[in-house]
Amino acid sequence: MDVFDIYDKMERNNILLSFKGEITSELLTSILQIMENKMENMQEEPRVRKKVYNVLVECLQNLYHHLDDVPEVDDKARSAIFTIGKLDNRYTIVTGNYILNENVIGLKSRIDQVNKLTKEELKEYYKRILSNGEMSLKGGGGLGMIDLARKTGEKLEYNFLEIDNKVSFFTLNIKVSNQPN
Amino acid sequence: MEKYSIEGTPKTPSISFDLAGGVLEVKGRSIPENSIEFYKPLVDALDRYAAKVQPSTTVNVQLEYFNTSSSKCILDVFKKLESINKNGSQVTINWHYEEDDEDMLEAGEDYQAIINVPFKMIMVND
Repeated sequence: MDVFDIYDKMERNNILLSFKGEITSELLTSILQIMENKMENMQEEPRVRKKVYNVLVECLQNLYHHLDDVPEVDDKARSAIFTIGKLDNRYTIVTGNYILNENVIGLKSRIDQVNKLTKEELKEYYKRILSNGEMSLKGGGGLGMIDLARKTGEKLEYNFLEIDNKVSFFTLNIKVSNQPN
Repeated sequence: MEKYSIEGTPKTPSISFDLAGGVLEVKGRSIPENSIEFYKPLVDALDRYAAKVQPSTTVNVQLEYFNTSSSKCILDVFKKLESINKNGSQVTINWHYEEDDEDMLEAGEDYQAIINVPFKMIMVND
């Protein structure tokens, strides 16, 4: 493994923090604490800090909740990756995790649906899912993606890479701009 | 004089619910992975309160962050308050947000649109 290559790529993309492995609740607590301190040291304005923190919570808890969806038989599938970077005054949070092939279409259509909506439509959609939607024990019952789109004011970029006949690798790329919406 | 209170943590808010005084305060961060588990005791306390309400009920919510997993639980809490409001106690929900936190103001307005209880949006200076 070429560690310099990894270092160089991270340096060029101005990665502030990255992690690969199993996502636990304790890990998330630490990561959020680290990022909060980092942004404070970088003297980021409170408005930006709050926005990035909020988005980070959703992205990382999304990973946490959906690792369970992949059966334990496949050990590597319980591992995920995320990177948090800042380039040109924009924070970028990228997450990657395995997903069962049978769940790809459903997730893809949910994100596509969110990406089609305007700011106002997202607000209405959020309220509808919040008040009528069934809540899963794990997460926001589909609120997460809507919330990310609302808070960032950006389209959600994603990719699915089919690994084998069971799983695909899902990448979500979230940008948080410094500008007010 | 029954009271339900719990200290805040980095992922969960402090809650102070004075059932005899009719005052509920929720303050801090609400970003637990398992929100249902966290909010259950509060929902239970609201059920006990509903059986013996005060003439007026004041609810102060001052959250710094909350995740989507909490948003549904917070709605459930507000729904309890909606029925308490209908059954003889005058409920007011004071939703606090920091000056530069438009997202938190919007979140309060979302609840205001769904829940039939008087909301007051209160801006807090950082």
